[in-house]
Amino acid sequence: MDQMAEHGQEVKLVGAWHSPYVHRVAWVLKLKGIAYEFVEENLNKKSSLLLSCNPVYKKIPVLVHHGKPIVESLFIIEYIDETWKDNPILPTDPYEKAMARFWAPLIDEMLLEGSRKVPYAEEEQLEKQIQQVSEAMEVLEGMLKGKKFFGGEKIGFLDITFRWMTIWLGAIEEVAGVKFFNSGKYPLLEDWKNKFIGFHVVKDNLYPMEKLVRFFKKYR
Amino acid sequence: MAVQNTAMAEEVKLFGAWGSPYSRRVEMALELKGVPFEYIEENVSDDKLKSPSLLKYNPIHKKVPVLQHNGKPILESQIILEYIDETWKSNPILLQDPHERAMARFWAKFIEEKCMPPVWKALLGSRDERGKAMEEVRECLKTLESVLNGKNFFGGETIGLLDIAANFIAFWLRVIQEVSGLEFLTAEECPLLIKWCDRANAIAEHLPVECMPALWKAGWIPAENEREKAVEEACECLKTLDSALNGRRFFEKDTVGFVDMSA
Repeated sequence: MDQMAEHGQEVKLVGAWHSPYVHRVAWVLKLKGIAYEFVEENLNKKSSLLLSCNPVYKKIPVLVHHGKPIVESLFIIEYIDETWKDNPILPTDPYEKAMARFWAPLIDEMLLEGSRKVPYAEEEQLEKQIQQVSEAMEVLEGMLKGKKFFGGEKIGFLDITFRWMTIWLGAIEEVAGVKFFNSGKYPLLEDWKNKFIGFHVVKDNLYPMEKLVRFFKKYR
Repeated sequence: MAVQNTAMAEEVKLFGAWGSPYSRRVEMALELKGVPFEYIEENVSDDKLKSPSLLKYNPIHKKVPVLQHNGKPILESQIILEYIDETWKSNPILLQDPHERAMARFWAKFIEEKCMPPVWKALLGSRDERGKAMEEVRECLKTLESVLNGKNFFGGETIGLLDIAANFIAFWLRVIQEVSGLEFLTAEECPLLIKWCDRANAIAEHLPVECMPALWKAGWIPAENEREKAVEEACECLKTLDSALNGRRFFEKDTVGFVDMSA
């Protein structure tokens, strides 16, 4: 029986276009060829759908499948991988899986928390934030040694988890006049970033760089 | 393969601390699955007292638990639990259904992020913080009561990932309640959760329950006269603890986490 037909009904992704967490779930859905409905949330005025799906944290993204909500982007990705088994995203080896599960949230926090305030930070704060991002990028640079992608020959969990940073950090670089990727310090990461430019799945309306730059400038 | 468990049991080491709920979780999972392992007790009160192996395997956080399997280290108790479930297939702790798994992972994270920190705040925070923290803990427990939804265990009929992750509530919270007199878990608000605690504690082997309250009391009772008695009781308990550890390597120094027994 066709896997898509069996599972593919009624998949909703509740999110906001500027959220990196939402972005990576959307990318996984696209990679796996899963049809879904995107429900845009206004985070200043959260919908009853969001509040009923995620009453504890009231955060996006939420994946709704057959009426059941799943929350936390990394858990959602695991759910998708376990439900639609073609083109697995997580490694099959338990140790590799454990490593992916360990690094994803850790680097996430360093990158996101470090970069999120950069467009609005005062000078002192700015230096600290940049330091945090640089540390994360150094770890990632190390992880890419001898590999095409974090997942090896193919895109894996960590590639998807961190792909958002190629656009997000790019936008911040432009808005705040700082250098992350373009610093020349991380040649492997630079290479890796450029690999995504050709991906047809990347040409989506969900996450255009220009829109993000305008978004950051607005709140600066 | 019939002998899967034996084949995989070559070298399993757990670096842990007896007083740590995170460390205990991993022990529970290994014991549940009948995986033989070597346990190394770490003195977590001071980085300088930690073993070189621990510092090598967990250079970033320098924390327990660390599971070492055939030379490879795995960190973070939740991640270790899933690793154990995927490597040793007997008595699975995660259900097969992807949605159930996602929920178990979510609630385990909820317990760590939302339930545990306010417990410490309720105990050690400023006067203003304490009241609010109590409320937060109670709300968390009420949420978990509804998640349990009348089942025997969070995992259904048998212990699952969430039951293990909730060990802090089953065991530590009760100890804290006894020592501090604070009532987090009440029969009024969480009758089912209380029954679950009894079931979870009965199944999991814990180190001498009697010792915990004495050690905790010695750790933070501020009044001088009471403190001496508490330390005395704690020392007695440590002797029991030592013998109950049954040949596990116990730290030689006279420090037990936050309690200084050197007097």
